[in-house]
Order: sequence, then C-alpha cells, then structure tokens
Amino acid sequence: MSTLDASAAALPAADLPAGDNYLTCDRGFKSWAFTLDHKRIGVMYLTGILIFFMIGGLFALLVRTSLPVPGVAGQAKGPITAELYNKFFTLHGAIMVFIVIIPGIPAALGNFVLPLMLGAKDVAFPRINLMSFYFWCAGVVLALTSLVLGGVDTGWTFYTPYSTTTNTAVIPVVAGAFMLGFSSIFTGLNFIVTIHKLRPPEMGWFKMPLLLWAIYSTGIVQILATPVLGIILLLLIVERAVGIGIFDPALGGDPVLFQHFFWFYSHPAVYIMILPAMGVMSELLTVFSRRHIFGYSFIAYSSVAIAVFGFLVWGHHLFVSGQSNLLNTIFSAITFSVAVPSAIKVFNWLATLYKGSINLKTPMIYALGFIWIFGIGGLTGLFLGTLATDVHLHDTYFVVAHFHFVMAGTIFTFFGAVHYWWPKIMGKMYNEALGRWGAMLSMIGFNITFLAQFWMGSLGMPRRYFHYDPFFQPYHVASTIGAYIMGFGFLLTMICLVHSLFRGKRAAANPWGGVTLEWRTASPPPHYNFDRTPPVTDPYDFNLVRYNADTDAYDFIPAEERVAVPAGHH
Amino acid sequence: MNLTLLAQSDRTIFMPEPASTIAGTVDGIFYFIFYVSLFFFVLIVGLMFFFIVRYRQRTPGEGPKTQITHNTPLEILWSVLPTFLLVAMFWLGFVGFLDMRTVPKDAYEIRVDAKKWTWEFIYPNGIGHPELHVPVDRPVRLVMYSQDVIHSCYIPAFRVKRDVVPGRYSELWFTANKVGEYRLVCAEYCGEGHSDMFAKVVVHPAGTFEDWLATADPLSALSDEQYVEFMADPQAFIDKYKDDPEIGENVQRLKVPALLGKALYEKKGCSQCHTIDGTDLPDKGPTWKGLFGKTETFSDGSSVVVDRDYIAESIREPGKRIVAGRQNIMPKPRVSDRELRQIVEFIKSLQSD
Repeated sequence: MSTLDASAAALPAADLPAGDNYLTCDRGFKSWAFTLDHKRIGVMYLTGILIFFMIGGLFALLVRTSLPVPGVAGQAKGPITAELYNKFFTLHGAIMVFIVIIPGIPAALGNFVLPLMLGAKDVAFPRINLMSFYFWCAGVVLALTSLVLGGVDTGWTFYTPYSTTTNTAVIPVVAGAFMLGFSSIFTGLNFIVTIHKLRPPEMGWFKMPLLLWAIYSTGIVQILATPVLGIILLLLIVERAVGIGIFDPALGGDPVLFQHFFWFYSHPAVYIMILPAMGVMSELLTVFSRRHIFGYSFIAYSSVAIAVFGFLVWGHHLFVSGQSNLLNTIFSAITFSVAVPSAIKVFNWLATLYKGSINLKTPMIYALGFIWIFGIGGLTGLFLGTLATDVHLHDTYFVVAHFHFVMAGTIFTFFGAVHYWWPKIMGKMYNEALGRWGAMLSMIGFNITFLAQFWMGSLGMPRRYFHYDPFFQPYHVASTIGAYIMGFGFLLTMICLVHSLFRGKRAAANPWGGVTLEWRTASPPPHYNFDRTPPVTDPYDFNLVRYNADTDAYDFIPAEERVAVPAGHH
Repeated sequence: MNLTLLAQSDRTIFMPEPASTIAGTVDGIFYFIFYVSLFFFVLIVGLMFFFIVRYRQRTPGEGPKTQITHNTPLEILWSVLPTFLLVAMFWLGFVGFLDMRTVPKDAYEIRVDAKKWTWEFIYPNGIGHPELHVPVDRPVRLVMYSQDVIHSCYIPAFRVKRDVVPGRYSELWFTANKVGEYRLVCAEYCGEGHSDMFAKVVVHPAGTFEDWLATADPLSALSDEQYVEFMADPQAFIDKYKDDPEIGENVQRLKVPALLGKALYEKKGCSQCHTIDGTDLPDKGPTWKGLFGKTETFSDGSSVVVDRDYIAESIREPGKRIVAGRQNIMPKPRVSDRELRQIVEFIKSLQSD
C-alpha cells in the first residue's frame, strides 16, 4: 500500500467522490483558467492547437485555391490579388509552424502523458506549466492582432531586408513568435526537470518509454535553440522600429546575418517538431503490433544524435545565399550525418512490425502512414543536402514538398497520438470507421498535393509564386485537388472527435493494451493520476496484459497469475 | 525551325530541358539519388505492406509470433551500409558544386541589376537591356547587385541559382550549350511582384551575339552632336538619316523620344507603381496621365507646377520632396541622362489637353 493511497484514504469522503476524474472534480471557468493540473493544461493546449490547425489549414486551402489558374503578370485572379496571396501563405506558415506544430505533440499530448508515463502526480513546475500556456495564448493574440491590422506578407521566415521594409504589420506577428518561443522554452525546461526528478527510482533511463527519450531530446533543443530565435526576432523588431542597422547594408548591416540566426533556431526547430513524433511512433507501432520495440537503445540514442547533429546543419538553408564554399561543404557533410539516425529509426520500426500481430486501428493507420510519408520526406532531403542538386532545387516547390512531407509527418503522427490517447484524455471512444476514413483520406489527399509539388519543383517551379508559367498548370490543378481531398479528410477527423465527445462509448482503462503507466489508471484519470503508485515494468512487455473479450479492452494480469518471463527475453 | 520545341524533347521526366554544360552533371547526380531513394523507399514500404498483410491480427487479442528485442549485428549493419551511399552522394554533390562555383578566367562578364520587380542586364558596352542575351558555348559570368531586397537569379535550364543581395556583389557563371530561348526567374520571395519578376534568356548561335549587341540600342550609333539634333526634332532627324550608309540601319529603328520613354517606362520598372491610364494607386506613385502641368502640393506645404525640371529631380532624387499623402517609397532608378530625358518627354506626351 503506497503513501499516496494512505493519504487519499485519510481525506474526508466528500472530497473524493467515487468515479470522480480530473474533468469532473472541479467545475467553472476559474477551475480551468487557474488550474495547475498538467492534464487540464494539456487539454486546453489540445483544444487551442486543433482550432488553430483548422485556421492554418483554411489559409492553406486559400493558397491552393489561388493557384489552379496561372494568371497574367500584374493582374489579380478574380478577388485574389498577389498581395492577398502573399498574406495567405505567410499566415499559413506562421500559424502552422509556431502555433500548431512546435507545441503540438510536446505541449498538448506531452503535457497530458508525460507525468502519467512516469507514474507522477504532475510535472515538476506546475505553475511554470500554466505560465507556458498563457505565453502561448499571448503569442496567439499577437498573431491575431497582426491579422486584424491587415496581415503580414513576409513569409514565415521573415527574411530581411524585405521584412524591415514592407509596410504590413510585421511587428505584432514577430512579437507573437517571440512569445511562443518563450512558451516553448519553459515547456522544454519543465519536461527535462520532470524526467530527471520525478522519474520513479526503479525506472532507469533505459526503462523509460521511448516517447520520453524523444521529449527529453526535444527539450534540450527547445532550451538551447529557441533563445537564438528570441534574439533575432527582437533585433528584427528594433531594426524595423528605429532602424539600428543590424541588417540594412546602407547602415553597415548584413541582411544575410538574419538568415544565419533564423536557421540556427529554425533548423533545430524541425527536430523540435519531428522528434516527439518519432517518439509517438515507437509507442503506436509496438502497441498495435503487440511487439516489443526492436532495438530500444539504437532508437533512444538516435533521438539524442538527431538533437545534437540538428544544431550543426543550419547552413544548408544558405547554399545559394553567398556562403563560402568551405562552409557549404561542411554543412552539406554534417547534413548527411543526420540521415543515419533517421534511417536507423525507420529500419527499427520496420523490424518491430516483423512477426507482430498488426491491428489496423486508427492510430496505427497514422503510424504506418508516417513510415510512408517520412520515408519520402527523409529521402528527398538527400537531394537538398547534396550541393550540386540543391542549387537547382533551392526555393522551388521541391523544397516546399520536402518540408511538408517532414512536418505533416508530424501532423499525422500528432493525430495518431490524439486518437491513441483520446480514450484516456476524454474517457470516450470514437467511431473507428470515421477515424479510419479521416486518416486515409487526409493522407491520400496529402500525397496527391505534395507529390505534384515535388514534380513541378524539380522542373523548376519557384515557390511563393502567384503567377506562373502555364506549363505548370496541370501540376497545380492536381495539387489543389489533393488539398481539397486532404481538407475533407481532416474535416472527417474533426467530426469524429467532436462526435466522440457527445456520443462516444465509455472508454475502458486500457482499450489498446498498452503497458506504459498511463494505461494503469482510469480513463479519464483521477485528479491525482493514480490511486496507488503503479509498478514500473518494461514499457514494451505485452505479456503484462491480456485481452478481455467482454470489454473489448485489455486487463493487466495480476502479478501472482503471470507466468515467468522466458529467459533471454532481454 | 522551332528551337524551343526541339529543345523540349530533351526534357527528362523530372528535370527541365538542359541547356548548359553543368546541367548534365546535375541531372546525373539527381537521377543517381533518385534511384537510390526509390530502391530504399520500395524496400521500406514494400516490407511494411508485406508485414501488414502477412502479420495482421486475425482475432482480437491475438499475440505476436516473436518478441525479439534487438539484434545488434543487424542494426550495426543497417546503420553503416547506407553511410557509404551517403558519402557517395555528398562527394558527387561537392565536386559538381565546386565546378559551378569556379569561374573560368576568360568568362564574358554581364552585370545584373535586380530591383523590385525587374531585371536589367548591363553589357560590357554599357547598354542596359531587360533580356539576358548570351553567346552559345562561351562561359558567361553574371555579376549581380540588388537595389532593394534580396532577389535570387535562377535559370532552370542552366541549373544555376544565386541570391542577389543588397550591399554586396554576388556572381554566378554558366556556359550555355544549346541555342534557344529560356526563362530567368526570381527565386527569393521579394513581395507583390515576385512572380512577375522574370526575364527572357536568349542563347545566340556562334558569331551572332556580337551582332545583336551592336544593334541592341539604336541610339548607340549616334554621336553626341547627332543625339542633340535628334532630340531637337526627332522626326526630321529620322527622315534625314534613314538612308545614311553609316547609321541608317539604326536610324530606321529609332523612335521619337516619347516612344523611347514609353519603352523605358516598362523596362526600368516605372510601370510597377505609376499607371499611364489615369488610375491612381494610393499606396504607390501618382499616375503619369495628366501629371505634366498639374500643381502638386508637398508634405511641407509648398507646391510646384510639374515641369521637366521637377520630373528630372523626382527621378534623380526621389525622396527630396514628397507629395502630400504619398509615402517615400520610390527607389532611385538607374537611368542615364539620355534615358532620363526620354522619360521626361514621355510624361510630357501624357499631358492633358
């Protein structure tokens, strides 16, 4: 009997009604606005991120809607002018990168799952956690301010001197990205400390679920890289406001300096986005193939390797900007070194499927889709890391398609994770058929959209173009059709989730048969997460649970009934 | 013979028609990476689908057929083997890139002036032209400069691209090896007219580039005295010299200054901000229609009747006096004195009656 159990038993019965969970234990606006509960903060992030994912997606559809016709130089296309189009793609990029994908898996799902996976009551710094959320809100409000002031047309990269000279509302959106950066730093810091300090003594580093390795690696990148973004964005604001001359050559500045600082953050930021997704992958693939992860330590170390190498490759964004040959060579070489740990992960995931018992539930469809999508995203990176081919492909649709295949890989894994933990978070099951259709349609639409873009990109179609050579029209039409299919797929997914909230069946504690600690508590979990301290086990030992046909869920096998684990298992 | 159509047939499925000496190298590396990637993609996805079908769960709760946790030799193998391919890609890309960056000593130099949203190519004889004309089979070096924001000079058919950055010169070089017409585009986002910032590239057959260059600017044939005579009464000058054995051929291509000014209006990018049909663009510059002779009031309260001197001043020093209600956004155009006077004549020709 644990101490937590004893203290709970000592409380008056009225404080802990039977069946009460973190969603129902307290009511009213204040109980959410001032909550320190990691689960509620996670739910608030999740809600906000899903809403902004739809807004960002809407801007993407506006971009694609502007492009099926080539247009005539200097002329608008119906109601859409070049200026408006430039604002569409800028807002799509800025919202998706800074508001949605970067906080997506760590802040929304990580917040909910991380303490549960550690068997802990909360994160190390619950107040800082709430503050991170309010920094995120502040960033969102600033971004919306810029929208009200007429929008921004710089592209999400804010390259100088364009961003210092355009007369659109650059400062609010840059200040917003600055605030979102702080949110990200605090979240990373909180999670690193939580993993260090709240890990149960029996849970050694190599007994952690791989998602925690991924979140830990992500935290390192968040803490070390994001301040550099903060510095450069502040400098940009000051340059714009008072013309200090950091970037303006007329005042002795250097416009390319901005690109170095920007990518010093924004390339590692790609790993802030992809590493948590890779962590989620290791959880989904094992649970839905009932297989122990293959090559735990290779996967764990490859997360760390990606985080470390990720800091040393930013210059591959500047191969044609005037960087010296020596620097280009060094950055190209280090870029190839990131390919190795990424490949290791993919091969290990494949080996995890080998002789498994593969169950194509919605989260698994997203996970398998990620192997396809990240396969393409990763392999096309080779064309861009190679100097001679990058010169041709740089700033074309090839690059656009490449980073969408990587970042949307994260988005699809995010949705896989949302479906996977949804029963735990909301205590409701969702409609499996609707979930699968949403997953399939959005991924098929995605592939049509961006495979067409790879093709026109290698044929020489530059990015951020409102008018284009009519030669490229068929590719643009295909891409736009794909985008609408994808939009419809995501709409189904949203309907599936909302439908579940109102009509979903009650979820069992462990519907998928996971053995990480969050599945040892009720769905949804009680306010203090666990009634008794859960036992720490191998996170991928599926002999710990057995299927219960009555509940269509899994039960943990009581210790006394369990057969001894076969020798040589580890 | 339709050269463009002929060249189109050389286009491969993923790459545009190659028209420079390095295009073959770049395409070779591209397809090498493509086939390696295709192999691994088919391997990975093929195995994935095979496993999905072969090892699908048949009854709920069914267990796996193995719980193997790792195989270190196998994992080391699949970490190390792809590394050799990666080193090969890096090496090919590196060598190809050095060739792209090492400019031959005898390269023919053309200056490139980029600004929102026009390209101007300035040839060694001083003539500025909106099209890039180059001789076939001869190394050409572009020395590029931007007047405002970052642009990027990209010629897909030549597989070359280089950012054009304000405050520094950047250069790129190529040897076009196929006669024809191609497109040069801006690849670095530069605002509203980004996608309209393209130029025609013409690769001339051996020996004809010099002929084009000599006649690129018909005014180039006129002496200073003849130029003064031409400006004084253009039509009379054209009639008088059109059969002249020395300059007649050029004189026949001469236009009156207002028409020359109209050409400059397009070529120098004036048309990006000034209309000539009376439409006023509030965020940009005033329309030129009816501008000459109009009274303009400045932000400091003073005013002027628009005349030749005022227009010349506005072109030479755009920020000196700002018309009330307008912003100081006009870049300083690069125009010679001759060109400036042609623009002035053009604006005067748009005077209201």
